[in-house]
Amino acid sequence: MTTLEQVWRDEWGRLLALLVRRTRRLDLAEDALAEAFETAARRWPQDGIPDNPAAWLLTAARRRVLDRLRAEAVAARKQPLLAMEEDSRMRHRTTPDDDLLRLVLLAAHPSLSPESGAALTLRLVLGVQTADIARLFLVGEATMAARLTRARKKVVAAGVPLAIPGDDVLADRLDTVAKVAYLAFTAGYAPGSGPDVVRAELAGEAIRLVGLLRSNNPAAQANPSLIALEALMLLQHSRRDARVDGSGRIVLLPDQDRTRWHRAEIDEGMALLQSLTGGGAARLSSALAADYLLQALIAAEHARAARAQDTDWVVISDFYRQLDDLTGSPVVRLNRAVAVAEAGDVPAAFALLDGLEDSLGRTHRLPAVRAELLRRAGRDEEALASYRLAVGMCGSDAERAALQRRIDDLG
Amino acid sequence: MTKYLVLLAGREGEWEAATDEQRAGWHRDHLDFGRVVGDDILGGEALAGTDTATTVRRRSGKTELTDGPYAETAEQIGGFYLVQAPDLDQVLAWCELLPEIYTLEVRPCIEVDLSA
Repeated sequence: MTTLEQVWRDEWGRLLALLVRRTRRLDLAEDALAEAFETAARRWPQDGIPDNPAAWLLTAARRRVLDRLRAEAVAARKQPLLAMEEDSRMRHRTTPDDDLLRLVLLAAHPSLSPESGAALTLRLVLGVQTADIARLFLVGEATMAARLTRARKKVVAAGVPLAIPGDDVLADRLDTVAKVAYLAFTAGYAPGSGPDVVRAELAGEAIRLVGLLRSNNPAAQANPSLIALEALMLLQHSRRDARVDGSGRIVLLPDQDRTRWHRAEIDEGMALLQSLTGGGAARLSSALAADYLLQALIAAEHARAARAQDTDWVVISDFYRQLDDLTGSPVVRLNRAVAVAEAGDVPAAFALLDGLEDSLGRTHRLPAVRAELLRRAGRDEEALASYRLAVGMCGSDAERAALQRRIDDLG
Repeated sequence: MTKYLVLLAGREGEWEAATDEQRAGWHRDHLDFGRVVGDDILGGEALAGTDTATTVRRRSGKTELTDGPYAETAEQIGGFYLVQAPDLDQVLAWCELLPEIYTLEVRPCIEVDLSA
C-alpha cells in the first residue's frame, strides 16, 4: 500500500468530518476532499511526501471549499445546509474526536434504510469508492451511485443533524451504527449469490469502522453493542483463510485447517469478550448487545477447540437456546438444531425444525440441514432427496458445490 | 429552522372506542406536546373520520369525485401538526410526547423562494 493509500484509509473519515462540520455542506466537503487527494497523487511523487500528510490534505481541501464558495456566492446559488447544533443548544461537550462520531451518526441515522446507511457509512466514513461499494454489495455502479445520491439528499433535506445526541438517545443510535456495520460485514462474509465465497475486504472494512469509532470516542468505546460486535466480527473473520481451499471451494467449519485461523484476531476477540463478561454477568445495554454477545460466545467456543472433535457442542447449543429465546429468529432456530444434533440429540434437532417451512421455505439452508439430520439418522434415501432439493435452491456457487459433494459421498 | 409536517395516523375508530380514562391520557399527551413545543407549533388540526372524505382526481381536464380517502390502508391520517425545528432529531424527540396509538410520519417542508 502506498503512503497516500494508507493516509486515505486512516484519515478520510476524520478529514471529511472536520470539513463537513466547518462547511455544513456534505456535497462540497466530499468533492473538495476527493480533489485534494487527486492533487496529492500528482504532487507527492514529485515534491516528496509532506511531514504531516493529513494537515496538507486538509489545507488543500479547505482551499477548494473556499474557491467553490466564492464562485457560488457570485452565482448566488442557494444550497441547503446540514442541520447543525448551535452553540446555545449544545447538548454535549465537544472534542476534536467527536467529529468522526458525528459523521458516523449522520451516515447511520435510523431515518435511512439499513442498506443505504451501510453504503453511505462506507463512502463517507471509510472513503470506499462508489465502484468498490457497488461490487461489494453486488449491484451495478450506477445503481449504487444513485442509492448514495438519494441517501445524501435525504440526510440534507430531512435535516438529519450532524450532532451527538444526549446519552439516552446515543445508546440507541450506536445500536443502529452497530447494525449498519454488521450488515456490511455479513454482506462480505456470506454473499447470498455469485462466485465469491468470501469478500473479505468488505468484512475487513466493517471491522475497521467499529475499531476506528471505538478508538476515537469514549462513548463508543464503552458501548456494549459495539464491543460485542467487534468481538463477534474478529472471531468470525479470523477463519477467512481456512474457509476456502486452493481451488476456491468452500471448506466447512469441521474440515477447516485450524492452523490457518488468525490467532492474533482470536485473542483480540476473546479479550473483548472478557472485558464484557469478566466478573460474572455481562454489562449489556440492549437486546442487540445480548444478541451479538451470544453469537460471539458461540464463535469463541469454536475458536477454543484445537480440533473439530474437541468442540463443546453442549455449551454451544445452550448459547443457541438463549439466542433463540431472545430473538425468536428462524435462522437461529435452524442453527440451534444443527448444534443440538452435534451434541448428540438428533430427535430433538428434528423437533426444532418443525414449522420452519413458513419462514425459511425459500432458502436452501432448511433442506440442507434436514438432509444432514436424515443422514445422521441413517435415512440415506430421504437425505439424498433433501440434498437435491437444497442444490436446486442454492444461489451461491461455492455452497452448491459443497452440497453436491455430500450427494456424491452418499450416492 | 426547517418546517416539518407531523402526520398522525392511527386505526380508525380507536379514539372513539377508547375508555374515558384512555382518552384523558391521550389528551394529556397532546397538551404536554403543546407545552413543550410551544411557539414552534405553527399549526395543527384533528381531522374528521375518513367517511367524511371526498377524493378529487383531475386527469386531462376532467375532474372525478369519489367518496372516501385516497388510499386504502389499515391506518388513516387522523390529524397533523406543523412544527419548526433546527433538525430532525429535535422533531423525533418531540414525537416521543405524543400518544402511542399513532404511527407518525415526519416530513420536511420544501421552502419555495418565489422572489429568486
